[in-house]
Parts: sequence; C-alpha cells; structure tokens
Amino acid sequence: MSSTTDPRAAESAPPKRAFHPSMLLYDQRYRSITIQIFALFLLMLGAAWLIDNVINNLRLLGRTFSFNFLSQSAGYDINQRPIEYNSQMTHGRAALVGFLNTVILAVMGCALATILGVLAGVLRLSKNWIVSRLVTVYVEVFRNIPTLIWILIFGAVMAESMPAPSAFRGDDPASSMIFDAIAITNRGVYVPAILFTTELGVLPLGPVSPSLNWVLVLAVLVAGIFANKVLIDHATRVQNATGIRPKTWWKSLLVLFGPVILIFLALGAHLEYPELRGFNFVGGTHLRNSLLAMWLGLGIYTGAFIAEIVRGGILAISKGQTEAAFALGLQPGKTMRLVILPQALRVIIPPLISQYLNLTKNTSLGLAVGYMDLRSTLGGITINQTGRELEGMLLLMAVYLAISLTISGLMNVYNSRVKLKER
Amino acid sequence: MKKTVFVGALTAATFGAGMVHAQTTLETIQNRGELICGSNTGQAGFGAPDSNGVWQGFDVGFCRALGAAVLNDPNAVTFVPLTSQTRFSALASGEVDVLARNTTWTFVRDVDLNLTFVGTNYYDGQGFMVTRELGVSSALELDGATVCIETGTTTELNLADYFRVNNMSYEPVPVDTAAEAQQQYLAGACDVYTTDVSALASSRAAFAEPGDHAILPEVISKEPLGPVVRHGDDQWADIVQWTLFALIAAEELGVTSANMEELKAGGNNPEINRLLGVEGGFGEMLGLDNDWAARAIAAVGNYGELFSSTIGDQTPIGLARGLNAQWTQGGLLYAPPFR
Amino acid sequence: MSDTHAQTVAYVRNEMLPPADPPLRESGAVKWLRENLFSGALNTALTLAALAIIWYALAAIGPWLLNSVWSAGSLAECRAILDGTSGACFSVITDRWHQLLFGFYPPQHYWRPVLTLALLFAALAPVLFPALPRKMMIFSATYPFLAYHLLWGGSVWLPVSAALGFVAGYLAYVILARVSTLVAVFAAILAPVFWWLFAAGPFDQALSSVMPFGLEFVRSDRFGGFLISLIIGISGISLSLPIGIVLALGRQSDMVFIKSVCVIVIEFIRGVPLITLLFTASLLLNYFLPPGTTFDLILRVIIMVTLFASAYMAEVIRGGLAALPKGQYEAADALGLNYWKAQRLIIMPQALKISIPGIVNTFIGLFKDTTLVVFIGLLDPIGLSNAIRADTNWNGIYWELFIFIAALFFIFCFGMSRYSMYLERKLKTDHK
Repeated sequence: MSSTTDPRAAESAPPKRAFHPSMLLYDQRYRSITIQIFALFLLMLGAAWLIDNVINNLRLLGRTFSFNFLSQSAGYDINQRPIEYNSQMTHGRAALVGFLNTVILAVMGCALATILGVLAGVLRLSKNWIVSRLVTVYVEVFRNIPTLIWILIFGAVMAESMPAPSAFRGDDPASSMIFDAIAITNRGVYVPAILFTTELGVLPLGPVSPSLNWVLVLAVLVAGIFANKVLIDHATRVQNATGIRPKTWWKSLLVLFGPVILIFLALGAHLEYPELRGFNFVGGTHLRNSLLAMWLGLGIYTGAFIAEIVRGGILAISKGQTEAAFALGLQPGKTMRLVILPQALRVIIPPLISQYLNLTKNTSLGLAVGYMDLRSTLGGITINQTGRELEGMLLLMAVYLAISLTISGLMNVYNSRVKLKER
Repeated sequence: MKKTVFVGALTAATFGAGMVHAQTTLETIQNRGELICGSNTGQAGFGAPDSNGVWQGFDVGFCRALGAAVLNDPNAVTFVPLTSQTRFSALASGEVDVLARNTTWTFVRDVDLNLTFVGTNYYDGQGFMVTRELGVSSALELDGATVCIETGTTTELNLADYFRVNNMSYEPVPVDTAAEAQQQYLAGACDVYTTDVSALASSRAAFAEPGDHAILPEVISKEPLGPVVRHGDDQWADIVQWTLFALIAAEELGVTSANMEELKAGGNNPEINRLLGVEGGFGEMLGLDNDWAARAIAAVGNYGELFSSTIGDQTPIGLARGLNAQWTQGGLLYAPPFR
Repeated sequence: MSDTHAQTVAYVRNEMLPPADPPLRESGAVKWLRENLFSGALNTALTLAALAIIWYALAAIGPWLLNSVWSAGSLAECRAILDGTSGACFSVITDRWHQLLFGFYPPQHYWRPVLTLALLFAALAPVLFPALPRKMMIFSATYPFLAYHLLWGGSVWLPVSAALGFVAGYLAYVILARVSTLVAVFAAILAPVFWWLFAAGPFDQALSSVMPFGLEFVRSDRFGGFLISLIIGISGISLSLPIGIVLALGRQSDMVFIKSVCVIVIEFIRGVPLITLLFTASLLLNYFLPPGTTFDLILRVIIMVTLFASAYMAEVIRGGLAALPKGQYEAADALGLNYWKAQRLIIMPQALKISIPGIVNTFIGLFKDTTLVVFIGLLDPIGLSNAIRADTNWNGIYWELFIFIAALFFIFCFGMSRYSMYLERKLKTDHK
C-alpha cells in the first residue's frame, strides 16, 4: 500500500503514465474490471465447491447422476389424463401428463382470476353501497388467508357438501342432474362432452397426438378471428374515409361462428351425456374435485389480487380523462371502453403478469388435494419411487423456470405493444 | 453478514457443525445424548403426538426401546415427523438416526436407495375398505370404483398392478395424508379406501359408526413394515436389529416388563439370562453394556406388551395379532436365538 | 325594509316561507337507499343478488356456528352433546389451541415467544416511527440476538459472542478508517469472520463455564404451529432485506458481469415455485454440502425462504430506486460523493422509504407462504391440524380447525395490510 499515491491524483493523472498495479484498484477505468474478475473468480470457486460436493455425495451414496429413470416404467396411475397414459408407460410420460395438467390448471386459473378480478375491481368502485362492501369483504378475506388454506377449504367443500353419486340413484333420488346434463357430485362435476361421428384420426406430434377433429376446429376458429379482424379494419378504414361506419356485427358473427358450426355439422358433432352406471357417472367430461378445488382456490384467491390491481389502475387515471370524454359526449359505457380502460391497462398489465406467474407457480400446491400436476407426478411420486431426488428436482425447477420465462416473455411482448408510444 | 452469524449461532446451538461420518452413528448418538427417530407426521396408534406433544404409538415405542437400550433413557428420543416423500432423504442425510415409520421393505429401497432394513416389526398387507351399504363382498367386484389412496407409497403401485392384472378399471383419488384419505372416504368422495390393513382398522376404529364399514377379505400385497437405517454402518444396524429381536424374543420367552427384574435376579433359563445380560456379555459385543435389552424391555415392555398397549384389541385401534403373533402361535414373528 | 314593501306591493309575500321538508324519497334512509342501492335496474339487480348471497351464506353457516360445542373432550363427545343436530365442535380448539399457536414448545415457557413478539414491536418502533429517539436503534440492533436467546435459550454467551463479531468488525473499521478506507472495509469484513471462526467458540465456552447464565434450552423440533410461521416469516423478511438491497444495486450496476449474475439469480428464484426451494432444503441440501454435514431443518428452511424473499425484495427495492427522480442521483454526483456515500446518504434512505409498502406486502406474501412448509413435514398450523386429526379423539374434524387457522392468518395479514396502507398515505411526501 505504500506505493499508492493519492487516489484523486491517480484519477486525474495523464493517460500516458505507465501502468501500475495499484491502478487496478484505484483507477476507475480498471477498478470495475478488477471487481468483476474477482467476483467471477469467487463465483467459479463457489460453483466448483458445490459440484465437488455433489460428486462426493453421489459417490458416497453409491449413485450416479442420470436421467435414465425417465424411461423406466412408472407403475402408478394418474386420474386426469389429457393424453393417453397407463401405469405401464414411463416416468417421462407420467411427467408429461403432469406437465399438461399443470398447464391446463394454470390457463383455467388465469382465466377465472382475470374475469373475477376485473368484475370485482370494477364493482368495488360501484356506487352501490352493499355491492361495494360485499366485494371489499371478498377481496380482503381472500387476500389475507393463505392460498393453501383456500385450496384445502374448497377441496373440503367439494367433498363434504355435494351429494354422492348414490344420491342420484333410485326411483326417487335425493339429487338430480341439472337439465339432465350436468351432475354435481362429491367426486367432481360431470358435464356433457362433445363427440364426433366422423373421426379424422390423430395428428402425430411426437409424444402428444391431438385429435385432428379438434385441431381442425381450432384452426377454423383462429381463421375466423383473423377474418373478423380484417373485417373490422376494413370498417375502420371506411369510417375514416367516409365518416360512416358500416354495420359489421352480422358479418362478424357469420365469420366467427359460421365455419365452426359448419365443421361441427360436417363431422357429426353430438353431445355425450353423463349417466350413472355402476359406482360412478360414466360418459361426458369429468371435472374432478382436485381440479375444481385447485381451480376455484387459485382463481378466486388470485382474483382478489387482480381486483385490487384493476381498481388501482382505474383510480390511477385522472378524473380529467372521464370529464373530457363526457364533454365530448361519450356515454359512460363508451368512456370506460374507449378512454379509461385502454389507459388503465398500461398500469394494470405489469402487476397482472406477476399475478399470472404467481398463480402458475401456485399450481404446484396440487398435491394438497391430490391434483396430479407436474410436481405431484415428477416431483412427487416419481422421485419417491425411484429415489432420484437430485435429478427430479433439477428437472422440475427447469420446467417451472421455462414456464415462468415463457409467460413473462409473452406478456412483456404484449405489454410493449399496448405501452404508451411517446412521440 | 447478519445471516452468517445467525447460521453460525443456530448451527452450533442445535447440532454443532457435525461431521457425522467422522464417527460412527452410535458414537454420534452417545455424544449427542439423544436418539433422533424419524416418525410419521401422525398416524393413530403407530405414531402421533398427544395433546401434551408427547409422541405415542407402536413405532414410537420401538424408538423409545432403542433409546433405552442405547442411552439408558427412553425419553432421550427426539421424533422428527417425516412425510412419505422426505423420509428417505432425511435418513440418508443423517438428519435422523433411524426411521421407524411404517415403511415397507422392498427390493428397490433396500438395494437401489441404499437403505438397510433391519427387520419387520409389523407384517401388514394392503386391503380395501368399503361401506357395507355398497353391497360389495370381494375386491373383484370393484370394477369402475373410485379408490382413495395415499400418494407416494407402495400401495399406489400395488393398486395399479392389482386392477391391471384383474382387467378392471378404477378412478384413483390420490391424497396426501391418512387423515385426508379418511375424510374423503367418509364423505363418499370415493367408494373404496385402500391402504395397509392395519391402518384401515385403525381408521375404522375412529369412525363414528365403525359397523357401517367392511374390510374386504382380499389382501393384495405383502407389506413388511420395519425400522430402517442407513447403509454402511453395520454396528448401528446390528443394534437396531437386535433391539427389535430382543423385544420379540422377550415375548417368546415370557419376559415382561413386570417379571423382568425377578428373572434377572435368579433365572436358570440360559437364553433369558443371555438376553437380560446376566451371562454371555452380548451387550458389549454390540458396543453397549450388558443391560441394554433389559432396559429396552423395561421401557416399553416386550413386543406383545407394546402391541397391546398401542394398537392391540384393548385400544381404540383394535388390531388382532394375526400375522404378528409369535411363530409358536401361528404368526410370523421369529427372532433368531440369542446365542 | 320589509315594512315598506308590505305596504307597496300587496301580492308579494313579505316573509320567507319556512323551508319545506324534502320529499320523502329525497331524504334520510330512503334517499340513501335510492341513491346507493336502487338507482337503476342494473343496480337493483346487483343489490338483490348481493342480499341473496349474504342471506345464503348466513343461512348456511349461522346456525352451525351458533350451535357450537366448546367443552367436549373428543369428537365423539361432541356428537353426543349435539345429539344429531348440526353444530360446530370448537372443543378441538379449546383442547389444542396451545399446540396450534406454539407447537410443542414447553408450556411453562410460553412467555418466551410471547415476550419475543412483544419486543419485536419495540424493536421495530424506531424503524417505523422516525420521531422516536435514534438511541432506540441500539435495541433494534441487539434484538435478533435477544430473540434468538429468548426462543431457543441455552447459554446466554452464545448470542453475545456472536454479536461481538459485529462489534469487532465495527471497531476494526473505525480504527483503520484513518489509514485507508479500503483496508478498513476489508478489515471490517475479515475481523468478524475470524472472530466467529476462531475466537467465538472458546469465548463462549469459557464464559459459559465461568458464568453459566441462560434460559432453558428448547430444541428446534419443539417449535411448531403459528410460532414457526412467525419465526420463518420474520427472520426471512429481515434477513432478506440486506440481500435484496445488494441484489437490487447489483441489477442496476454498470458492471456487466455483476449485473447479469444478479439478474439470473433474481429471475431464477422468482421463476420457480417456493415449494421446489423448500424441497431443495429438505431433500437436496445434503447433496450440495460436504458429506455428513447436517443442520437444523428450520434453519435450512429459513435460509431458503430468505433467498426466495430476497429476489422479491430486490424487485421491490429496484422499484423504489427507479421511482427516485434522476435529479437525486445527479445532485449526489454534483456534491462529489462517491458511489457508496451517495447510496448511503442520499439514494437508499429515500428509495427504502418509497419501498416500505412494497416490503410490507412482500412480508404478508411470505408469511402466508410459510404454510407450504407442511409439505416437508414441519408442523406449522396446517401440519398440526393433520397431526390433531390423526389423534383418535379428533379423527374426522375439519372445518373448526381450518376456521381457527384461517382466522389467525387473517387477523395478522389484515392488520399488516391496513398498516401498509396507512404508511403509504403517510409517506406520500409528493416530490412533484
């Protein structure tokens, strides 16, 4: 340290001065590099230590690091199977089923949370005293009690308070199906399923093979939405040119629903109603208790947070905007739709993304009610049966990380599109 | 920095920066003055804390016997509740010294997971419970039924195999804990509750109307439940194994906690004498003192006493001895000779 | 004046009429009802729907709650008392409330956790209320050691010797600061480390053998119930604050490498569910530590929860930093302050102040998330509810336990969120 000159003198020293080791610490130009190299060194040291420990521990336990267990036979059954699966298939396949279940739950949960949240957020601002109080109670009660408790409570409500399938039996049953189509039981809700008389086969996509019928329906629906957008753009252009907006609603309806209905008719779509046979209802689509408990628990819990976000977003728009819109002669509904919401959306979307992320991560609580998501299959039974904690957990984390990054990536793209474009 | 000191302080206070492998498990336990036993998170009769936080039950009793044998104090045992998912890692990492938590002895666990199963303290099998109202008398009539099952256990695999072999379909309702499973079953969310027959019986005993429920005659698997230790410490495995055998042998030889002192003072049955440490010096071979088995028996009684005080037919659980009777009584309990 | 008018124009009323009451529909309760509840078709429908919901909820829960049993010894007794009628059996709470709150903590020592919680407020007071004398911060700084000793007990010298490490660091800094700041900083980091590694143990042992003071030692596995949620939540949040600040500053740094490391850490932790981190703590930590190392599960959970909270905290503080007007940074530069001085004196105090509501919200979230420890076998309130139901006396009870646990969490979290809103209003100093 004796060789150091006054730091400030070093900083202001002419650049031609010969390089001196102390400059690595005291010269601003080099200091950050020194620090970063030092940090890199520490990091590598830490990583090496961890990896060394893992290798040592694996050796002591007499194990190898391998993902071979994914191709072994799983041996356990999964009740909710979006793709074909039985207990003879591999652990990898079981993990895929779990992953799809996670995605299904996350999508359903986000949809429910958004709808509830927007409704509650707007209603909480309502002038109706009793409604706004009721919504406040909803928001506060759900926000301040852990989601795990809600999931357990909804699971208990589903199992305890709904009639058992046997209540539907006999000449004078204690319960009956709604419209002869929907059965709400303590084993879940049975709803009619759409079946086709003409099967087009399946689309082979590696491990997943969706039915071609549904792929076709989806394709037509997307095409319809796209065509509708063209239609509306055209109407806007006409309005800009002539000042008169052509009526588009019937064209929109036709473009959106016509082709889909045609496809359904052509493929011979019909409903399959659930009916009580043997121990359970058979036929139709079975929404299991575990799914419903998770869906309601996560959806309503997250909805309370979204309600607060929406309320905050609307309140953040200055009152002048509303007054200006009224001054222009816009009706309250249009004011909300054309003036307030587009602006509020910019405030709403970033926190909304993190709520979606939270919901998706919270799907990992599925085991509490026996929902077979990724964490219950790969991170639960598979790890338990094979003893591959390290590999299983790393894989589990990687998948969740990928899901999270995908969601935040997609939402960021959307966010940058609705962002205020300042000129 | 705050974290570091907290870590340091807490570590030192609770376990010390313990290098477990530097010493044998027995030394670790003796230095610590405490046996750490992995137990259930709560299963009536086998291991659950009572309202004073004192752990009670059949598996718990075995740990107390072990504590008495090793540390001369049946209460120097700490119980760490473990889920079916965390149990093996807790054992492998040295967090617990022994696992006494109705764990089934299987090939994969013994060989691939590097565990050592020292014996069987309860011979069990997987069965089915249904409500009598359902009118089912055999498991083969269960095609299409909804089955409640505790996830992460061997029962899940047995169930899949059984239904597949018999060409039946079923709808599994996986649940996390036994309490949850009973809740679902009682609410009628599943037709059938499947788990080890002992657990079925203990559940049924706790129901409001036990008579309304029937346990089906089929037992679809063998479930030898027993204490487990880590692979690689044979001395400790021997101690756990022979403590179990001591309890079993004591019952066979008629040694109870009541008559033990008397027998110790003046018996002329050489095997009893060896068991109770009067002759033979067996305890020293294990690295303990010669009174080890006598202490274990004094703490919880012999196998039969432990059974009847925790899960036997005098208790609410009401299990019959069945397979768990002595071999002389037609059961499977058979301790190797103390010789 | 009125006189003259009265004389001149006969048909003009010469005195004011008393104001008429507003029409019945425009006053009092009726008006309020009309404006607030029945102002239109939609509103009326909403009101009726809301009333229906309230009615159904009351009809479903009310009688059950009113008909509750508080003094039975088991569920069977409860059923006998209720005699077939529907009613809650809150006897399970009267029987087991102490377990749900304190776990298996020795009952004669219940005052210790209670005192710890009470002292927590005293320790927080100077942080939350700037009006209080700064000297109280000394108590806040010693609180973690005090809390540790109160909760776990053991020799009093252990936390004292741990705390002395910080004193050593501080002294080293003060003494060497005159020589060189850099040397002082290094010394301030190294001195405590050396103290803890080499001197703290002997110091503790020596003093413990000479003066064996201290409370009775309580092992970690006696902890449970609400106590465990509080310990994990509070230590998680307080420990995550410094780490969060470092991560947030790192993310704002100009140094590419440091910045990317911080971003990766934050995004990784925020991208995986807490439960996978908890499983790492319970299943995987023994893979990553030297063979045979094992330490307390609660401690491992606290470490993981701290990591988890740090990432969220970093984002909250980053928000606070971003909300600070650029002029503040420039002013600090203009004064010639170096980076650390600018952070310490200008930036951080303001940024933290802005972030306090966010920090409180992170805490509420973290506190609720402590319920996830049930999945790794810790007996938090939910875990205990399972254990209680495993007892033959209470096998089959459900709602009463969940109502109690939910109420506990609600009271705590609701109080915190109200407090955070109060802070938000109070801290609105409006820089504009």
